[in-house]
Amino acid sequence: MKCRKCGGTAVLELRRHNAAFCRPDFIDFFRNQVAEAIRRHRMFTREEAVLVAVSGGKDSLALWDVLLQEGYSTTGLYLDLGIFDYSKESKARCEGFAAKHGARLLIVPVEQELGAAIPEVQSATRRPTCSACGLSKRYLMNRAALEHGFPVVATGHNLDDEAATLFGSILHWQTEPLARQSPALPSTHAKLVRRVKPLYRLSERETAAYAFLRRIDYIVDECPFAKGATSLMHKEILNRLEDVSPGAKHNFFFGFLEKGRPAFERLADVVLNECARCGQVTTGTLCGFCKLADQVKRAR
Amino acid sequence: MKVILRNPRREVEVAGRRRVRELLKELDILPETVLVIRGDEMITGDTVVGDEDVIELRPVISGGRV
Repeated sequence: MKCRKCGGTAVLELRRHNAAFCRPDFIDFFRNQVAEAIRRHRMFTREEAVLVAVSGGKDSLALWDVLLQEGYSTTGLYLDLGIFDYSKESKARCEGFAAKHGARLLIVPVEQELGAAIPEVQSATRRPTCSACGLSKRYLMNRAALEHGFPVVATGHNLDDEAATLFGSILHWQTEPLARQSPALPSTHAKLVRRVKPLYRLSERETAAYAFLRRIDYIVDECPFAKGATSLMHKEILNRLEDVSPGAKHNFFFGFLEKGRPAFERLADVVLNECARCGQVTTGTLCGFCKLADQVKRAR
Repeated sequence: MKVILRNPRREVEVAGRRRVRELLKELDILPETVLVIRGDEMITGDTVVGDEDVIELRPVISGGRV
């Protein structure tokens, strides 16, 4: 198969774009897609300091790599979830990446903040592990950004992540998440930093290819808690659709952004308060993270 | 050829020459879910692979609910 741009030997076929690329032209394509995402959603400027949430996986390290290559001012944030060897290995990948590029990396141990590491949370609170983990990550990312003066947090969510989240929300017609899901969430409160997803235009296979071609040392093995996760099932369903109809995931998510989201946004009317305990933003009196930490405390 | 799969890590032997896309079909793997790696290079679906090759099918899907 030949590269669409230069005619050389292709390393990756992108059926949804009806194209194939050689290594240098794919890397160019990838960077252009990230640049387009940042531009289209005014995610951040070159003058702003960006906190990049990194997990040691392909997506977040690919994102950090592109932003460094493009000359953005970035700092990595690694949340240590305390998930046995998986966390040890993923932390080592982040530290290795930061050292190689001379970049700054902040490390926050979740156990210190929550009162328990992620593997202990389910038995203490009966809340599903992935849900408690997601809640903790969103909370701690925002707090770390505020404490260190970053106006924006960038995460490595890709097109497959976004399409699977959308699919899950639609299956249950969860109108609040449907009103909020976006490649860029503006700061709607002084204590909420902007959250952006510069990889939303790129599929999971494309971010893996970029990480491989850039020789990024990322953790290939899966989080032990992800096995059987609903989101993985949704991804599989979408990939089956993609196989018979290339571009299905793209059309699903981009169609939502253009036509679906505005309708749900009109329905949403959320009042933001500050948590009575920690002062972070919540729609209730006590924020989700403080409630979770209370449950952990009571169980001990 | 030797085919290396992950999660869990395992190896399978497949005999005979064929295109990568046919190999994936036989193993019931969706092309969208893996990178196909031979040596330290990625290869496309139309590439013919044979008995002497070692092929890694590296999964690209990750994540729980975030």
